Amino acid sequence: MSKKVKILTKGIIKENPVFFTLLGMCPTLALSSSAQNAVGLGIATLIVLICSNVIISLLKKLIPAQVRLPCYITIIAGFTTFITLLLKAFLPDLYNALGIFLSLIACNCIIFARVEVFASKNGVLDSALDGLGMGLGFTLALFIMGTIREILGAGTWFGLQLPQLTEPMTIFIMPAGGFFALGFVIAAVNKFMKKRPHNISCDNCPHKAMCRRGEDD
Amino acid sequence: MKLIVEPTPHIRSSNTTDKIMGRVLIALVPALVMSVYIFGMRALYLSIVCMGSCIIFESLFRRFIRKDKEIDPSPAVTGLLLAFCLPVTLPYYMAIIGCFIAIVVVKQLFGGLGQNFANPAIVARIVLMLSFTSEMTYWVKPNVGSAADAVSSATPNAVDGLTAATPLMLEAGEQVPGMWELFMGYHGGSLGETSEFALLLGFAFLVLTRVIRVVTPIAFISTVAVGALITGADVGLHLLSGGLVLGAVFMATDYSTTPVSLTGKFIFGVGCGIITLIIRFFSDMPEGISYAILIMNILTFYIDKFTFPKPFGAVREGRNDDEK
Repeated sequence: MSKKVKILTKGIIKENPVFFTLLGMCPTLALSSSAQNAVGLGIATLIVLICSNVIISLLKKLIPAQVRLPCYITIIAGFTTFITLLLKAFLPDLYNALGIFLSLIACNCIIFARVEVFASKNGVLDSALDGLGMGLGFTLALFIMGTIREILGAGTWFGLQLPQLTEPMTIFIMPAGGFFALGFVIAAVNKFMKKRPHNISCDNCPHKAMCRRGEDD
Repeated sequence: MKLIVEPTPHIRSSNTTDKIMGRVLIALVPALVMSVYIFGMRALYLSIVCMGSCIIFESLFRRFIRKDKEIDPSPAVTGLLLAFCLPVTLPYYMAIIGCFIAIVVVKQLFGGLGQNFANPAIVARIVLMLSFTSEMTYWVKPNVGSAADAVSSATPNAVDGLTAATPLMLEAGEQVPGMWELFMGYHGGSLGETSEFALLLGFAFLVLTRVIRVVTPIAFISTVAVGALITGADVGLHLLSGGLVLGAVFMATDYSTTPVSLTGKFIFGVGCGIITLIIRFFSDMPEGISYAILIMNILTFYIDKFTFPKPFGAVREGRNDDEK
């Protein structure tokens, strides 16, 4: 049981895809200018991640190793289309706000990494928990970034006007401010965890085969 | 006889960081005096707030990362330079945010004095400019000179900080200040940039005390002059308005963010001038000098690599040697 809990929780903080493995930088930086968009994209990614993890874990015996990547991307793109159409039908505002990044979930490297290193080697329940944990971690990271950037940059939070002590610093909702905020959040998380980023385990790293650190362990 | 083995450099000089920074501060005093004369006492208060908060941020951050608390005058120089590229009406808390960015983000996070790759005052100015655009481009009438009497120019929003040349921002019908007024600084603009007279006094002092080399400022300013001449723009206005002289003398000569060799300094100056011209002529930004210096700061590493002097008698290694 504790092993299952560990699979679920490791993605949220200990191996958070944004703060520790620095995956999915593009949507993180582009869509975290408001908390609402950030959480919207996070949840959309979470759903695609769980579904693809489950399906690929079920099909892992059937998929030949040589053509696994095309197979994975077909499955992931299928779920992405499904989410895109759902959002377009039921949440058109969010659909418009997320724009191209919704379709780009299909080539989000977090999903690829989890599918390749976890779902293709583990059972269905574990894969679902892993997808849930990593998806929650991604959503949490986007939520933190979006909150910081929206409050500092626009003086609002989820579109609500906050009491203004100072003028909002517009740079935080610009791309440059995204990099600033990301750097500071990663620094703070590392400080808080009392841990340096290169101390995370190499087991789940997509570069394990090529990387020299992987051989040492 | 006792032989002492020690690492280079072996040539000693009486110059210390404190001395050099102190001289830069002295060189900035004329411009400060002129800015108080032109814009009133708030210019002095803003400068003091900037210098003070830079010193406080530096000592607090060094305590936070448990480094020795050696305090030299360099944060004061950064603070004063930052104050010089702010408009006089800027609220104090915005100036303090700028000081935080300059000292903590740009300087200390990259390793402190001598390790930063970009000029702290310039990055702080750009961040403030992007964040508080309306406050950063609000220019008041100077207290002296003809603009003070002019009835029509309610907002002589003409001149931007380290930035737009006046002629590019002037509305049709607004009168362009005369050359003498531009030179003495009796026009709107950031605190320390308006008076080329005072800045050139500081420049002369820095050159005479051998703190800076003349190459970069001369290359920078003459590139802008030649560019303005070729395109038929008003050369005097391009040189005397905006922050060209302030940037060229005090910011493009910063030790840690500009090339080491003379050739490198020359390339740096010309590059700054060309980028300034491009921004002034072809962009709709009211910006020029600060972005030019920042971009060249980033290229400094490559300029240094490119202009590394060949040691006497050395043979240049072939390219294939790297692959062995």
